[in-house]
Amino acid sequence: MTDNNSVSIKDLSLNFGSVNVLQTLNLDIKDGEFLVLLGSSGCGKSTLLNCIAGLLDISEGQIFIKGKNVTWEEPKDRGIGMVFQSYALYPQMSVEKNLSFGLKVAKVPQAEIDKRVARAAEILQIQPLLKRKPAELSGGQRQRVAIGRALVRDVDVFLFDEPLSNLDAKLRSELRVEIKRLHQSLKNTMIYVTHDQIEAMTLADRIAIMKSGIIQQLDDPTTIYNAPRNLFVAGFIGSPSMNFLRGELVEVGGKPAFVLNGVTFPLDGYGAGESLTPGRKVVLGVRPEHIKVNEGTIDIYEATVDIEEPMGADNLLWLKLAGQTISVRINGSRRFRPGTPVKLGFDMSLASLFDAGTELRI
Amino acid sequence: MLDPAISKTVSAAARSGSQTLAGPSGRKPRRMLSSRNIIVYGTLFVAAVYYVLPLYVMVVTSLKGMPEIRLGNIFSPPVEITFEPWVKAWAQACTGLNCDGLSRGFWNSVRITIPSTIISIAVASVNGYALANWRFKGADVFFTILIVGAFIPYQVMIYPIVIVLRELGIYGTLTGLVIVHTIFGMPILTLLFRNYFAGLPEELFKAARIDGAGFWAIYFKIMLPMALPIFVVAMILQITGIWNDFLFGVVFTRPEYYPMTVQLNNIVNSVQGVKEYNVNMAATILTGAVPLIVYFVSGRLFVRGIAAGAVKG
Repeated sequence: MTDNNSVSIKDLSLNFGSVNVLQTLNLDIKDGEFLVLLGSSGCGKSTLLNCIAGLLDISEGQIFIKGKNVTWEEPKDRGIGMVFQSYALYPQMSVEKNLSFGLKVAKVPQAEIDKRVARAAEILQIQPLLKRKPAELSGGQRQRVAIGRALVRDVDVFLFDEPLSNLDAKLRSELRVEIKRLHQSLKNTMIYVTHDQIEAMTLADRIAIMKSGIIQQLDDPTTIYNAPRNLFVAGFIGSPSMNFLRGELVEVGGKPAFVLNGVTFPLDGYGAGESLTPGRKVVLGVRPEHIKVNEGTIDIYEATVDIEEPMGADNLLWLKLAGQTISVRINGSRRFRPGTPVKLGFDMSLASLFDAGTELRI
Repeated sequence: MLDPAISKTVSAAARSGSQTLAGPSGRKPRRMLSSRNIIVYGTLFVAAVYYVLPLYVMVVTSLKGMPEIRLGNIFSPPVEITFEPWVKAWAQACTGLNCDGLSRGFWNSVRITIPSTIISIAVASVNGYALANWRFKGADVFFTILIVGAFIPYQVMIYPIVIVLRELGIYGTLTGLVIVHTIFGMPILTLLFRNYFAGLPEELFKAARIDGAGFWAIYFKIMLPMALPIFVVAMILQITGIWNDFLFGVVFTRPEYYPMTVQLNNIVNSVQGVKEYNVNMAATILTGAVPLIVYFVSGRLFVRGIAAGAVKG
């Protein structure tokens, strides 16, 4: 245990009967870090958060918070505050009572309670709402109060369980910025569960992508985006998602290349971690924004425009290339009619190559 | 602001537009005497008469003197209204050696109903809360056993309970009867509370735990204030159920503790002397008045309580 780890999870397993929800999971979260647990529903991310909070009893392993073994501790003794998706405000209490409830239970002196509530209300700008009941608040205001409830507890670690998922798109992006600002000013450790990759990419210092109770990749957002460790991560992150071309490796003029339906793609500039043996079945992953259209780059591939989806700032083209459909994101001002032949350029230094069998990055 | 001249032309255009609409427009007209209405209101009327007529006969008879009753016109309103039967039923009617009317049974019933209702609801609400939120080991088995209890006919358990109460030394006392009512109210009330608490968002309970509240703090500070509608429902169920109970009242108590229902039976079914129909009717209405009043006063809360689980969030 090093001291700069705020939360440390060691060999954690959780079984419900014979179902393994989490399997020997290890995770170290540094002090002041914003960690996002990302995954589709049922991947165990909320379960992991509930384990950290102490709301679920774990089957095996240990949990440390601030260097203290809290595996058997009650939630209140773990030094955590939690924000829930459905806000979970006590409906019969005013905002002020909601904020102070935990402190009253902990028998904090009234003067200290008033001070902390006032501070949280100021940070979150909810002073005018203090006398209201939760039913009289809008969704965004409710979630602010819920964050305030975690704030007044003066804790080391904040846990967010999909806090923005109940809000509409506009409020979501506003509150997202607020949470980021909050983290920058408070510098607490925050663990944030979401299924929304935009939230994950924008908020996180590091993202842990989970699938079936296993962390698939734990890295900073840029690394996850540019160098996904396996096919699942590559397909999960990015919208529209990465193009996958299934082909095999060949050698052209002593250099490795990728071949698909007779079309050869030289892999110049690709930083492979292992040798690119010819004949190996692989998947080439290229993000839609890493493909150039009619820009006169070195490698030119023939393709035809199939469908065009203008989205304002961007323009998404669906193209036919070597018998497969791929998507390409270009500037919104460049328009193409369906059926137009175009020439494509691939930036292999930004591409990803996966083994077709193990689905791991090469 | 629009120029008044322009707004005038705009509204004129809108008016002329509405005048040119051809064919059906606006609200669909409904005929009052459609066959659908006749069937619906006819059925409702018949059902209402079916239920109200006996009540009418009771009220009317209770306000007549015996000579008028002997004429046999049970549907005719009283020629001479008298409240004598009501006074007699309440204060003078005889059961066995006692001739102090139903009033004694009324107070016995009050002394049985109030503690039984309070204790059973208090225990069942905690049961339901524990079963819904604190998933202890064996909770499902416990709950199943409790629910099975609700389906066993009471009559089967009477003799064993008599023995148990005798051994405890409380057979024939009000305490014993209160305990019996509390136990028999438990399955249905626990089910009621468990389902209500299970319907509340689970995250609320988690939030309270993170705030450091324990079993009782969460129950009293968070759950109880949210469960008021279901408490009203439980209260109505228990008050009417216990007040209307006859079997337990006659089996588990002594004559001086007989509840109102048992005493009513003894008055109405006494075989000696003249049958005083007017007194019997008045006594019956008096006995049924309490549940009736409870319904009228809290009927609206009752419906709200049943529907509340669906919309609270």
